[in-house]
Amino acid sequence: MKAKYLLEFDNVTMAFGGNKRNPAGVVALEELDLHIRADEPKIIAIAGESGSGKTTLARLGLAMLKPTRGRVVYKGRDLWAMTKEERRDYRREVQAIFQDPFAVYNPFYTIDRLLMTPIRTFKLAKDRAQARTMMEEALDKVGLRAGEVLGRYPHQLSGGQRQRIVVARSLLLQPKIIVADEPVSMIDASLRANILTKLKELRDEFGISLLYITHDLATAHQISDQILILYRGRVVDIGEASTVIQNPQHPYTQLLVSSIPRPDPERRWQGTVEISLQELSPSGDRAGCLFRHRCPHAMIECETTPGDYAGGFGQTVACYLYKENGAPALAQ
Amino acid sequence: MSQDIALQVNNLRVSYMTGGNEVKAVDDVSFSLYPGERLGVVGESGSGNTTLALALMRLHKPPAYIMGSEAILDGSDILALEREAMRQTRWSKLSLIPQGSMNSLNPVVKIKHQMADAIEAHERGWTRGRIAKHIAELLGRVGLPDSVAEMYPHELSGGMKQRVCIALAIILEPSVIIADEPTSALDVVVQRVVMQTLNDVQEQLNAAMIIIGHDMGLMAQSADRLAVMYAGKMVEVAPISSFFSDPQHPYSQLLINSLPSPEEKRELTAIPGSQPSLLELPSGCAFHPRCPIAEERCEQEIPLLRSISVDRRAACHLVEAQVS
Repeated sequence: MKAKYLLEFDNVTMAFGGNKRNPAGVVALEELDLHIRADEPKIIAIAGESGSGKTTLARLGLAMLKPTRGRVVYKGRDLWAMTKEERRDYRREVQAIFQDPFAVYNPFYTIDRLLMTPIRTFKLAKDRAQARTMMEEALDKVGLRAGEVLGRYPHQLSGGQRQRIVVARSLLLQPKIIVADEPVSMIDASLRANILTKLKELRDEFGISLLYITHDLATAHQISDQILILYRGRVVDIGEASTVIQNPQHPYTQLLVSSIPRPDPERRWQGTVEISLQELSPSGDRAGCLFRHRCPHAMIECETTPGDYAGGFGQTVACYLYKENGAPALAQ
Repeated sequence: MSQDIALQVNNLRVSYMTGGNEVKAVDDVSFSLYPGERLGVVGESGSGNTTLALALMRLHKPPAYIMGSEAILDGSDILALEREAMRQTRWSKLSLIPQGSMNSLNPVVKIKHQMADAIEAHERGWTRGRIAKHIAELLGRVGLPDSVAEMYPHELSGGMKQRVCIALAIILEPSVIIADEPTSALDVVVQRVVMQTLNDVQEQLNAAMIIIGHDMGLMAQSADRLAVMYAGKMVEVAPISSFFSDPQHPYSQLLINSLPSPEEKRELTAIPGSQPSLLELPSGCAFHPRCPIAEERCEQEIPLLRSISVDRRAACHLVEAQVS
């Protein structure tokens, strides 16, 4: 039987630390549900500020962290209860692209080694010639010429080229999902568009789903189908990308969207935002709506944790302002 | 007339000597800066904008050196000042918020002692009480409570540390502030707050400010005028609104087209190729291999930054031909 979902986060909570005085530890992600369907490739953006849990989510999806509670499931199998073969397939089909295109390379080896390692590990090629052809094809897919890159060392390449080589490396393995943690935040503006377009092509041409982790809502809007907004470990807003950005409903999403530095001098930031000391160093207290201390609409009700309500434009919002709309239509 | 100019930079050249070759990181850059003005300087990595900031502070280190340039601040050429005179000028007339400056705070020294250090280096006569009062006032100006003075850097968030750095930069009320990537690595909301703080403080002092960065959105939000750097040269200078509505240099045009907008989804156009290495610059206009409208002339002659209207300058043969 083929599983309906590729990757599922099933009520996942991730806490770090925890001791006698503070048994809960620091909660980085709380009761997260996210399902990536197997039948249609999608780009899902995970957005939020630093400390919102977005990188924790990526690391859970890549089996680099074991959830404290709940399960992360790939093709119906819990990541932490896989057989050796299942684990191998998972390792091959779920690939990662990291933020820093400088740190992922070992400076002492040429690019060839980076590309050869997966071919060797997963025995993708019969001989050297075939391996070479595969590398050339993969580089070609990301718009690089093999002659310009192969045999070179990382320091001889630009950040944009290196990031594209990482994409090429993932492509060699014909993955089903790529988890990309801030893949363009260290890339210059003129090359950023190039990488983003490549990521979109992965979905359209190769049917690869993408978890796009970012703090940049403008690029998230640009390439993704769905956006999920995290605030201090909780999902506060989820919906179609254009809906979430163009009709932001959750007060936190509204603050984020209004703070995007638009490249338009006629549309400058309106009004001033204040951040008080307490908001910046939040306590471990996780009762009620976590955004209420910064929220202009905070009410007494917000002392208890809000459920999910329909935002009115198809998104799901965890905010009492939308209580009257009732429960969201069955998502996904 | 010269009274109205806060900083006049003429023909600034900064080169690095590497293996017998001269690499021009900043090549013949001239501009004037007016009191109260915010000049944005954008450029990708390797375009020379950070070198520009360091050179103006004279904090560049060998193998970098400055040749045949002048920068007039308050009647004297700061590039020709004696060491001690330059030390006096730094911070009191010209201050820098360096890149990643929030990591430049000393982790084992309380904020108030770090701030007092800067004051004591310049104002010998101040009493402890006066220094403490001044520190409290500065923290207030950047929107931080007095209690921050007693804290260590690790107790503060990134945005708060960055505001401490802004407070440090204005400690002696300089007439020119250079902010190098003041908000990189900060979240959107915090970035907005930090930029607001920086702009408020600069307006209160009526200081001139150079904002260096690569984020066009941020420039559009704060700068009055924008200068675009490419491979060590300034290629376009224009008032911010005319720059975005009517960019002249092909590089500026492509740069604007490559920006994603939260309002609409459109195909992003990337600029083909990548920044040239300063070691092997293309002949003629350094941008010609990537330029969609380059002509034969562009491969041979280096275009100069020329006035194309009252308040705009561009370095492009084709723009120049259009104007004349």
